[in-house]
Amino acid sequence: MTAHRKLLSGNHAVSYGVMLAKPKVIPVYPITPQTPILEKITELQTAGELDADIMTAESEHSAMAACITASLTGVRVFTATASQGLMLMHEMLHYASGARAPIIMANVNRTIGSPWAFWPDQTDSLAQRDCGWIQYYCETGQESLDTVIQAFKVAEQVMLPAMVIHEAFYVSHSVEPVEIPGQETVDEYLPPFTPEHRLDPAIGESWGNVVNQEMYYRHRQDMGRAMEHVCDLAQKADQAWQELTGRGYGIMEEYCCDDAKVVLATMGGLAGTAREAVDILRQKGLKVGLLKVKLFRPFPVFQVRKILSAIPKVIVMDRNYAPGTGGFLHQEIKAALYGLANSPEVHGYLVGVGGVNVSPENIMDLVNRAMAETAFPESVWVG
Amino acid sequence: MMISYNIPEEKVFLSGHNACPGCGEALALRYILNTLGPETVGVVPPSCIAIISGPQPYSSMRIPVYQTTLEASAASAAGIKRALDVQGKTQVNVVALAGDGGTYDIGFQALSAAAERNEDIIYICLDNEGYMNTGAQKSSATPWLAYTTSTPGGKPTGKKNVAEIMAAHEIPYVATATVGFPDDLTAKIRKAKEMKGMRFIVVLTPCLAGWGVPDSQAVRVSRLAVDTGIFPLYEVENGRKYTLNWEPRGIPVDTYLRTQSRYKHLTADQIEEIQQEVNRNMTYLREKQ
Ligand SMILES: Cc1ncc(C[n+]2csc(CCOP(=O)(O)OP(=O)(O)O)c2C)c(N)n1
Ligand code: SF4
Ligand SMILES: [Mg+2]
Repeated sequence: MTAHRKLLSGNHAVSYGVMLAKPKVIPVYPITPQTPILEKITELQTAGELDADIMTAESEHSAMAACITASLTGVRVFTATASQGLMLMHEMLHYASGARAPIIMANVNRTIGSPWAFWPDQTDSLAQRDCGWIQYYCETGQESLDTVIQAFKVAEQVMLPAMVIHEAFYVSHSVEPVEIPGQETVDEYLPPFTPEHRLDPAIGESWGNVVNQEMYYRHRQDMGRAMEHVCDLAQKADQAWQELTGRGYGIMEEYCCDDAKVVLATMGGLAGTAREAVDILRQKGLKVGLLKVKLFRPFPVFQVRKILSAIPKVIVMDRNYAPGTGGFLHQEIKAALYGLANSPEVHGYLVGVGGVNVSPENIMDLVNRAMAETAFPESVWVG
Repeated sequence: MMISYNIPEEKVFLSGHNACPGCGEALALRYILNTLGPETVGVVPPSCIAIISGPQPYSSMRIPVYQTTLEASAASAAGIKRALDVQGKTQVNVVALAGDGGTYDIGFQALSAAAERNEDIIYICLDNEGYMNTGAQKSSATPWLAYTTSTPGGKPTGKKNVAEIMAAHEIPYVATATVGFPDDLTAKIRKAKEMKGMRFIVVLTPCLAGWGVPDSQAVRVSRLAVDTGIFPLYEVENGRKYTLNWEPRGIPVDTYLRTQSRYKHLTADQIEEIQQEVNRNMTYLREKQ
């Protein structure tokens, strides 16, 4: 089918991206608010539009275990989860990246229990930032669809797994017109997955055997080297996608940053609200810009330093929270800017944690507040 | 039926591995892998089996082996089988080789689910009745009163009957086997290999250090386990058709228990109680045939 537009929720947009990328094995387990991804995938498979083996696992842990081995056996693999499901997978997330299995997983950001809640909060995936997975944060269903396809391309070049992440409800369940690219476009963009190393008696290679200290050291170094290529490859993958479809996102988006005196920095759905706030503040004559961080792992340190070096004030908005350290993006941006000659003043605000609504007005208040105070080293609760 | 010693010729499992000399688990691996043959992919979780199969860059198994996490063997095996099938490589056997800890305990959820989905895999539990790799702690396969390093006063509860639980999933094939009966063991592997769907075999494999058995005695202890009726050899097809493969010779359980230092603290009354329990189990099993 050629490219066409359809009204889709963010989750269903992901499912269409998956269909176009043609994974062959999909082990998956339901959890709110991810379940519509799973349901649409099974529907597409039943309708004959997706030729994949779907394994209805009994847990996310087993789903990820099967993702790893299916990937190591030489086929393209997809799964999706959220919150508690991602928490249960934790052991296998490390196992997947260690096995260099380029699995693509959609994660729908949802609060982690206890107590139980269902709201958009990015702590679930951000707490997995050190598992060796590439992480993309998306703002709309269209972006998630496009990013799923891009993620396969990048992951399979570096042989590392990747998460494509969007927030509960704001993105996952919001229905918007989404362009579904044509299959030929995707086929042209994404070559078949044919790994040289795989589990096959005809080859005889194994994986996971006990190694000594030096082998382990080298293995981690190799993973690091692969990660080092990701910023560049993700940038190129996005450019190539833009040339084919007209849609590109970059690994970061700079909005009105050129002459900005203050730059708001955030990820995911909040970027849309922030863009609106920037427009209003600009009309009022305030030189405000926005930095949307899309690729969070690897963290594009070089790009962040380049974009923010001449900016006097940066306001980081985190819809996530790590007790004892604060907002994740706040920590990462401070670390990225460390040692820079004229490093900006970095304010970190905890907004929207637990899914609390953040309006353009809230963001404008935040800008006014930051203009009036000097930055604290720690993230500050606002609300 | 005579006990015989037909060892399969195919050399998939090799010598020079790291098992304790005389280990029952290593012996079982030799029979199992040489019977399955080279068109096989193995899945091994942490256990003595993992030690026997490695370490990098060596392998004692001339097949691809994926070493998985302790609780994920069945799911990992399913992932391989499904990925082979979608590539048209349907002739390849996928076998999980897991310990009792990785099967009865932490891996049970994934195992039960794989059985429910009737995954096309062979799952073999090498049951040495404890967590031997971590220094002989109890598992739910450890029998009543056996000493382990986590039950120094003897295990207060009995052994979980995993064969019956798996049979209750009504999968195509469930069997028990042990290294003292190589013909029976290899016949069951051959039979399983010819079948489709979920196949589960629990193989009793005496552990020398964990059970307190001399290097030369694994096979003798294994035979006594069967001939006392403590570990009967049987198979269950589709959860319904029971076949007792060997009629125990009725040797008193005391003879078996005395071969192992893990039972040395047992009183005469306790031994009698074990005898009664074994008698009841054998009656129950015969009735099911
Ligand atoms: C999640 C997890 N918990 C604990 C361990 C530590 N561990 C490694 S092997 C093992 C015991 C395995 O016992 P069993 O499956 O019976 O195999 P055996 O060593 O007896 O052959 C344990 C607890 C682990 N590897 N993973
Ligand atoms: S500890 Fe026991 S199971 Fe492990 S290798 Fe030694 S004899 Fe075999
Ligand atoms: Mg054991």
